[in-house]
Amino acid sequence: MSSVTLEQVVKRYGTVTAVKNLDLEIRDGEFMVLVGPSGCGKTTALRMIAGLEDITEGRVRIGEKVVNDVEPRDRDIAMVFQNYALYPHMDVFENMAFGLKIRKMPKAEIDKRINDVAELLDISSYLKRKPRELSGGQRQRVALGRAIVREPQVFLMDEPLSNLDAKLRVQTRAEIIKLHRRLGITTIYVTHDQVEAMTMGDRMAVMKDGVLQQCDEPMKIYNEPANMFVAGFIGTPSMNFVPVTLRKEAGGTFVVDSGTFILDAPVKDAATLEPWVGKKVILGMRPADMYDRNLKNPVEATEGNTITVDVDVVEPMGDVCTLALKAGELELVAVVDGGTQVKIGDKMPIVVDLSRAHLFDPETEKAIV
Amino acid sequence: MADFVDSTESRSDEPQVSGKKPMPPGQVFIRHLFLILISLTTLAPFLWMVLTSFKPMNEVSNLNPIPIHWQPENYPEVFKQIPFAHYYFNSVFIAAWTTFLQVLTSAMAAFAFSRLRWPGRDQVFRLYLATLMIPGIVTMIPNYAIMVNLHLLDSYTGLIVPASFTAFGTFLLRQFMLTIPRALDEAAAIDGASAGTVFWDVILPLARPGLITLAIFSFMGNYGSLLWPMILVKSEGLRTLPVGMMFFDSNYGKATNLIMAASVMNIVPLIILFVVTQKYLVKGIQLGAVKG
Repeated sequence: MSSVTLEQVVKRYGTVTAVKNLDLEIRDGEFMVLVGPSGCGKTTALRMIAGLEDITEGRVRIGEKVVNDVEPRDRDIAMVFQNYALYPHMDVFENMAFGLKIRKMPKAEIDKRINDVAELLDISSYLKRKPRELSGGQRQRVALGRAIVREPQVFLMDEPLSNLDAKLRVQTRAEIIKLHRRLGITTIYVTHDQVEAMTMGDRMAVMKDGVLQQCDEPMKIYNEPANMFVAGFIGTPSMNFVPVTLRKEAGGTFVVDSGTFILDAPVKDAATLEPWVGKKVILGMRPADMYDRNLKNPVEATEGNTITVDVDVVEPMGDVCTLALKAGELELVAVVDGGTQVKIGDKMPIVVDLSRAHLFDPETEKAIV
Repeated sequence: MADFVDSTESRSDEPQVSGKKPMPPGQVFIRHLFLILISLTTLAPFLWMVLTSFKPMNEVSNLNPIPIHWQPENYPEVFKQIPFAHYYFNSVFIAAWTTFLQVLTSAMAAFAFSRLRWPGRDQVFRLYLATLMIPGIVTMIPNYAIMVNLHLLDSYTGLIVPASFTAFGTFLLRQFMLTIPRALDEAAAIDGASAGTVFWDVILPLARPGLITLAIFSFMGNYGSLLWPMILVKSEGLRTLPVGMMFFDSNYGKATNLIMAASVMNIVPLIILFVVTQKYLVKGIQLGAVKG
């Protein structure tokens, strides 16, 4: 096991900069998820840690050792690829033994390790099969097994679940989490799937356009997004963003005015809000923090947290119901309790949990509160 | 299962919405007749050769292709009149070595051109490909001069080494190797493999259809090679079959029946090779047309 540190890492392809001044420390034994949309530089960052891409600027350390010029084979890492990259001409045993044979490990030790890992991953009965004779889920486990038998300092995983169907993905996700708990090996996991990022990582690093946006524990990122990108990327459906003007009322309370509705400001901290009075800001409300006032809610309805909207689309999912709403020209999405009785075309009162809402600077897109 | 059968049956009754309409029988007949005629033009010389090889000498110029008196003795006679078995061995020996070396050198070059990153790689590859445009006959004399300087005239080495490198083979295998996912090299590199191990243990086994295709082309080309062996070889012991048959022709100028018998025996290894490796050959020829 070992920590991994990226210091001011830059990757350029010609004039295109794929990763910009990335600073990231993955602690010993930690499960770190790199998440972001396609082209955000997360895979490039992972490949630089693996040694599959040269580092244009900056330093990568594995433990105390700077590995910029160290060959992949000498970094003591193992990687699980998106398409598994199993050797098609070798059977499962040979696939898993390949790296061990190269390291000239005694045959008895190879056999023992492979049998132990095969048992752990429940692939013992496939050891003599070729990859083409396995299902996607089985191949995925073999790819994991090939990485585990090496007992490396660091695991690198590049979207290993993206080729699996939804059900298998959930199942394998849980298996990987359990495996990490059991082995305790430092793991860096790349995904574009925010559900994987939220559920798997001890911490997650959200990236966009090669720039690290925020790195923290998943719930902290969900509750306290650093900017509008992170706020919109994490959480399904995405956060509602409404351009509003911050005003200070006669009684000293702060409100936000969208032109269509007026709500109390998300926080009462005068010092934070004072500089923004009279200015345009962006109000961010998560769909799950919006409630049907006609049902029993955790938030007490007041004039300052309720808006009236038109129901545009109703998507009942059983336990919850996703609503597409209109407040004048504004389009909002809410996820309310499945017991809601609203129908398309209804006017309905929506209660917003303003303690969980956010304000963003419209220019920098950074969070104000 | 019953549902499956039912659905299949009902589908056959439905009108065909998409796809081509079936061809009228008359048109099918005409198309097949055309194809058969085309096939005959390639098959006829071969049949003529086989039938003539069974004719007595006095029937050779007879326009009737079927022998009136069958004479299978022509075959043992070939072995009596010239050291046919020895020429046979030379041809197979030289073609096998050349094939082995061509496949090996082409695979190594293709690996360097397709999997390794080095400055000027693509420029060198283009230059290498450009040599395909130079006819072999142009390099014949310089090659001969090199062989003279290396004292390799009239030797197996002189017959084998100059033919052991091929730009065509390199191109063919490079294209094949480009279809092998790069993630495999990367997985192997992380597993601890050197470039040599990646080549030998990962890429070569996966490039097998390409290697076999090249081996077939190479064997056929070298087995039938005439000009280079004719120029390089003086001693009878080193003659290959095509060269030997040429001498056979001049010694027994009118023995066309024996020449045909020798020719039939000459092509037998190629036919066996083709039949055994046919599926790889077809797969190899499709390279580039269908990726992966």
